[in-house]
Amino acid sequence: MTNSEQDKHLLEGVALNDRKVIEAIYRDNYPMIQSLILNNNGNSDEARDIFQEAMIVVYEKAISGSFELHCQLKTYIYSVCRRLWLKRLQQLQRYGSLAENVEETVSVEEDLEVHEKHNADFIMMEEAMNKIGEPCKSLLDAYYIQKKNMLEIAVDFGYTNADNAKTQKYKCLVRLKKLFFAQYKKGL
Amino acid sequence: MDELLLIETVERYLKGEMTQKEKEFFEDIRKNNPAIDQMVVEQTFLFHELDKQANIKAFKHSLYEVENKLAEEGIINKSQLKGKAKVVFLWKKYKRNIAVAASIAGLVSIVTTALISSYNNNIGKSNITYLIDKMQVTEKKVAQLDHTIKEKARLESATNPNYRATGFLIDGKGFIVTNAHVVSRMKTIYVENNKGDYFTAESIYTDPVSDLAVLKINDTAYKTVYNLPYSINKSNSDLGEQIFTMGYPRNEIVYGEGYVSAKSGNEGDSTAYQVSVSVNPGNSGGPVLNKNGEIIGIITSKNSSADGVVFAAKSKNIYKLIEAAKKNGDTSNIKLPNNTGLKGLDRVQQIKKMEDYVFMVVGN
Repeated sequence: MTNSEQDKHLLEGVALNDRKVIEAIYRDNYPMIQSLILNNNGNSDEARDIFQEAMIVVYEKAISGSFELHCQLKTYIYSVCRRLWLKRLQQLQRYGSLAENVEETVSVEEDLEVHEKHNADFIMMEEAMNKIGEPCKSLLDAYYIQKKNMLEIAVDFGYTNADNAKTQKYKCLVRLKKLFFAQYKKGL
Repeated sequence: MDELLLIETVERYLKGEMTQKEKEFFEDIRKNNPAIDQMVVEQTFLFHELDKQANIKAFKHSLYEVENKLAEEGIINKSQLKGKAKVVFLWKKYKRNIAVAASIAGLVSIVTTALISSYNNNIGKSNITYLIDKMQVTEKKVAQLDHTIKEKARLESATNPNYRATGFLIDGKGFIVTNAHVVSRMKTIYVENNKGDYFTAESIYTDPVSDLAVLKINDTAYKTVYNLPYSINKSNSDLGEQIFTMGYPRNEIVYGEGYVSAKSGNEGDSTAYQVSVSVNPGNSGGPVLNKNGEIIGIITSKNSSADGVVFAAKSKNIYKLIEAAKKNGDTSNIKLPNNTGLKGLDRVQQIKKMEDYVFMVVGN
């Protein structure tokens, strides 16, 4: 396989949440990112955070269907991490220029903007979920996030049958919708 | 259109569960009714967001698992110690006794309050507060009120408990571990679960050295539970490992989280850990769990002059305790749980799964 074919294969794996592929990407790239961050005022926890976020950026790109990277995956990941870390340093007011080996980088600004939007949505949903209270939170989490079926949920939550659980679920959705859009419209 | 019905309809529409006829009918309604169309659009968006949420969470879960695996292999550096734990660690280099760290912590708090002019050099038992709670009158009243509401006539005979602590099931047949210092102060012992059910219990073995005791629920109302969700760890935990605990510092179960801050307890006691977690009287005997839902310790005491210096007996003491009880002629054949069903769950789910097995231990 050529480099770009291999990268395409990796991205497809990421989109499918394939653990083997994720592990391979970590193995190939993590040491480089870890040393970048450790050499620039960061600690190993921050290295983990940054790499994780970069993986999510890669994931979002992979599922969006635009597999075209225009560069090697390695370069892309490095560029994203570098950008994320510079931003973090700025927020923490730990100024200074990056001490790094001269690595090739590409512009990732656009992708990061998209990522930030996604991230904001994610947080908004998380907050809405946290606000709806129990049992709604667990119920919706079980059905929509953990993808359990209604019958299982009825048993777990002690509803007499799946239909009761379903009605309750829809009531919860109405509340979630209200909370989510109240936030969402504020953000627009 | 009824909102519930609309949501249900939209969900079926999106999942492709409608018949062709239904679908045409629905699309027709949408076309002719902008208000409904708007609702459908919103609803679709919400479902889409929920789906994204699920995917990202699943993906993050994979990332964590990969990270953990690679951290074990040493490819990813493990977390560093933070805050107080780091200080403890640094001081341990100079004097391998945790008491020094405890006195340092004590000194800090004294300096900041500036109320006490000298500090106690003898960090020993005197500075240890057992976390058994001597109940206050008001709380007793609240408790009584609560129980009246629950129509627990039996409680009347339980009289007013003077002491409260925590314990947890180690065998679904009704065996509970708590602290020896808890039991030693009680003539009659009752345990109460988080639903408010009361059971009488008796102490079948205590070991003052490790400060642990086994109670047996001897109440006919108690029903055996199968498959406790947590396991009891035999090995030692690492410094900095994230932990959480549950207990009854109030009349209601309270959750707390922190980390293992030293591998030995008070005065270098190697059968205990020092942990950093917020605890109060009543937490004594509460389980300390790691993120996988394995019990690694039992809260015993805290240093009264230093904030956040809490000691927990190591969980392997439970195995020794059961052995010793057997040698002592106990024939109850206690089987400790060895499988954790909490691994990989998020914390809220872990708590939900286990809170039924953490009991309030009360007595007088």
